[in-house]
Amino acid sequence: MTKNKPYIHPYIPNSVPAVKKQMLNEIGVKTIDELYEDIPGNLRLKKKMNIPSALTSEYELKNHVEGILNKNQTCNENISFLGGGCAPHYVPAICDEINHRSEFLTAYAGEPYEDHGRFQTLFEYQSLMAELLDVDVVNVPTFDWGQAASTSCRMAQRITKRDTVLVSEFISPNRLMVIKNYCHPVMKIEMVKHDKKTGLLDLKDLKLKINKDVAGLYFENPSYLGFIETQGKEISRLLKKNKSLMIVGCDPISLGVLVPPSNYGSDLVCGDIQSLGLHMGFGGISGGFIGSADDENIIKEYPSRLFGISKTSVEGEWGFGDVLYDDRTSFGNREDGKEFVGTAAALWGITAAVYLALMGPKGMYEIGQVILQKSQYLASNLNRIKGIKTPKFNSTNFKEFIVDFNKTGKSVEKINKALMKKGIYGGKDLSKEFPEFGECALYCVTETHTQEKLDKLITELKQILK
Amino acid sequence: MESNVKSKLRKFHQAKWDEQIIFELDTPDERGIVVPKAEKHIVNKIGDGVSKIPANMIRRKSPALPEIGQMRVLKHYLRLSQQTLGADFNVDIGQGTCTIKYNPKINEVIANNPKASAIHPDQDESTVQGALEIVYKLDLFLREVSGLDKFSFQSPSGSAAILAMASMVQKYFEVKGESEQRDEVITTIFSHPSDYSAAAVKGYKVKMVYHNPNTGLPDLSSLKEQLSERTAAIFITNPEDTGIFNPHIKEITELAHKVGAICCYDQANANGILGITRAREAGFDMCFFNLHKTFSTPHGCGGPATGALGVVKKLYDYLPKPTVEFNGKRYYMNNNIKHSIGRVRSFPTMFPVVLRAYAWIMSLGADGLKETAEIAVLNNNYLLNKIRKIKGASAPYAKGKHRIEQVRYSWEKLHKDTGVTTEDVTLRMADFGFHLWSSHHPFIVKQPFTIEPTEAYSKDELDEYINTLKHISKEAYTTPEVVKTAPHNSVVHKIDHSWYDDPKKWAITWRLYKKKHKVK
Repeated sequence: MTKNKPYIHPYIPNSVPAVKKQMLNEIGVKTIDELYEDIPGNLRLKKKMNIPSALTSEYELKNHVEGILNKNQTCNENISFLGGGCAPHYVPAICDEINHRSEFLTAYAGEPYEDHGRFQTLFEYQSLMAELLDVDVVNVPTFDWGQAASTSCRMAQRITKRDTVLVSEFISPNRLMVIKNYCHPVMKIEMVKHDKKTGLLDLKDLKLKINKDVAGLYFENPSYLGFIETQGKEISRLLKKNKSLMIVGCDPISLGVLVPPSNYGSDLVCGDIQSLGLHMGFGGISGGFIGSADDENIIKEYPSRLFGISKTSVEGEWGFGDVLYDDRTSFGNREDGKEFVGTAAALWGITAAVYLALMGPKGMYEIGQVILQKSQYLASNLNRIKGIKTPKFNSTNFKEFIVDFNKTGKSVEKINKALMKKGIYGGKDLSKEFPEFGECALYCVTETHTQEKLDKLITELKQILK
Repeated sequence: MESNVKSKLRKFHQAKWDEQIIFELDTPDERGIVVPKAEKHIVNKIGDGVSKIPANMIRRKSPALPEIGQMRVLKHYLRLSQQTLGADFNVDIGQGTCTIKYNPKINEVIANNPKASAIHPDQDESTVQGALEIVYKLDLFLREVSGLDKFSFQSPSGSAAILAMASMVQKYFEVKGESEQRDEVITTIFSHPSDYSAAAVKGYKVKMVYHNPNTGLPDLSSLKEQLSERTAAIFITNPEDTGIFNPHIKEITELAHKVGAICCYDQANANGILGITRAREAGFDMCFFNLHKTFSTPHGCGGPATGALGVVKKLYDYLPKPTVEFNGKRYYMNNNIKHSIGRVRSFPTMFPVVLRAYAWIMSLGADGLKETAEIAVLNNNYLLNKIRKIKGASAPYAKGKHRIEQVRYSWEKLHKDTGVTTEDVTLRMADFGFHLWSSHHPFIVKQPFTIEPTEAYSKDELDEYINTLKHISKEAYTTPEVVKTAPHNSVVHKIDHSWYDDPKKWAITWRLYKKKHKVK
């Protein structure tokens, strides 16, 4: 700021020269520079940063940023079948109403007194998720599914004191990268095969790989590739016999119609809440959950905040606070805290609580059902198109399924380019993630895909593959 | 007491709705929202959809979620929001280290635009050029702020950025064949706890440098002793939680470099030094900025957030993938990173946070960023001057020196004189519509409290905060019971903490509460 030409930014009230001067006087210095006395001259930045000049009016700012954003094409303006952990679900108006509230949007980490509402809402989030997952404990959300799965693996390591985790080869490759990095070099990761016809976990391969070093097995159900794993109980039996844990990742939007993993033996269940009332935001909106039984040996290994309910000095009043905070979290104790805790995805936990409270058991059933109906409708129609096989595996699917284009003679890349011209974003190209599948795409169908949209895809694909 | 009406002691009372727990509002068959149904044609062709699921995978027992009409759900969460004290309501300077400042509303309008919220990370790059441009341009801006060469926006928080930095350090030495030898990292006691714990996640032995009790700065001789050919990296904050700028920082990075270590700068909070001093000149190889702190994106009750991670050229090849690049014509995601650590998050960028930070910088420009830092420092020293005159309060270390953006204060004397603790004061502050934080680990400064005023609050507001602290100090010395039994005007009264550490009593969910406390 040039000294003779004061500029009062709306966000910086004390730039007003008279105020500034008064404050400097009180401190007993002449210039702000004197306050930086501890910074050696050779570390002081002499030049001006090469950053554009301020867009001083809010109007200019809005215009400028919207100008750039308008170069984007959205999944509202087009029909999108992209999913893979980030999907276009309908967001009830009240979800945004609540997460736009100044109180929730701009609060951070107040005490359970002045932030009673934040604590209660996140306690309710834990409680609502616990019903959906049919478990007794759920954490305050961590960053995303990848983190929730990674932390689950590390929790299994600490609980069992074993260093190998088995991982299904059909989990999301992006999540696998997160898990690999998070577990390296203190855990060994071994991949478990799947049956190439049914898509289900290959129990023979699992048996081969289970040994006394195995802390647990991580698989996803419904899987990243959309099929439903039916052997949960058998897998659990095999693991229990070896005192290894079963860690299951799932999409919570499926749990109105699908059996929750805890019912077939999961010790830890994890996943993402993006499907529960959140927008996509270019993949930048997510929240990871972890759930388990109320077992002290498990609870003490959670790194996350766990909000508990309590009483206060006034009869009939609820209070809230952190369970096992001092010994368990890195805020309480950096040396012995479990992993680390900090800012993660609380606002999205609040939103998911609103979503589940609105939906209730009937809403969750109906949304599961409509996703099943619409995805089955699309799959069965695509399957009739010459050269297409879907689903690729002989299995039942939820929300996502593989469309196999190998026999069409066309690459997914080409097909998707042609669809894009028609205003359709085809399913995710799997040829890089799973090259062994050849030309396959992962299609995602939600409650937002009207029959009209599905029929348009069917028509256009027929045309393209003619 | 100041007579200025703009800084008066506020007669505050927080909303107290005595609101039920959501499950208590259940009325069977009420509906909060209706889901789209499958079209008739689809139902005719497909049937109910559910019966196609293998029988053992069909959920027979509905989840015990409550059934509540829409307006009642809305009212419930609106009421709970009113029982939460966001930065938009109070003078939110009592949570030092967290840089709670103004989160401009225009940036919310921008972020809620469907052009930003309704895009998918796997869309064809030609359809998301706007989003990629914003990510790339924020990278360019932060290169200027730090002096480093490239930024990644994948880490969803500061702690996650520390984890990413530790992972990159590890990979760097694996490629060099030195990873077994270099199994230690060094941090300082007044750096954030995650500088310790996130590095430990990667298997590092973490060594700690304690502070000199007079200067409050990390003890240089202790650092020298601990640095060795086993050191992989140092993780250090400057200024630390004490707000004291470490003038030896360049010497520290030189010493670390001399033993072959990587220098990682925790700049989660850089609010006092924007345009003043940078990571590059101080000799750092990596740094990260919390966009939700310095760069004004809202804290959202604890996330979403972003740790924007910057590196020098030699570490470019180790960044999480993909990075966002520009080839002169179009923006694109680059997965071709030779020694990339892979991913630290499932999707490539924290775009909605990045977008808000971009808008904030564009509203300020280079001059405005520097003005932000200068006024944050002015405000902090103004407070320092006033708070240390409050009876019972003190500012340990660096006597007579100025501070950068925050100060860790102490109520030790107040506690000795009156028995009133920091916790008591924090609860009493709630009675006046304020939040005061008791600080996180380490608990070296006795009865600590940390205040960071940022640039966002007016002098009158700062005066109001000071007046309230003064008032409470006076109460502690005259009527301590009033402070010890606080809060009186908040939502709830003293909470029974015995339920939180006792496995027989703790109730992390409503169903657990009902089970353990025999409620029907």
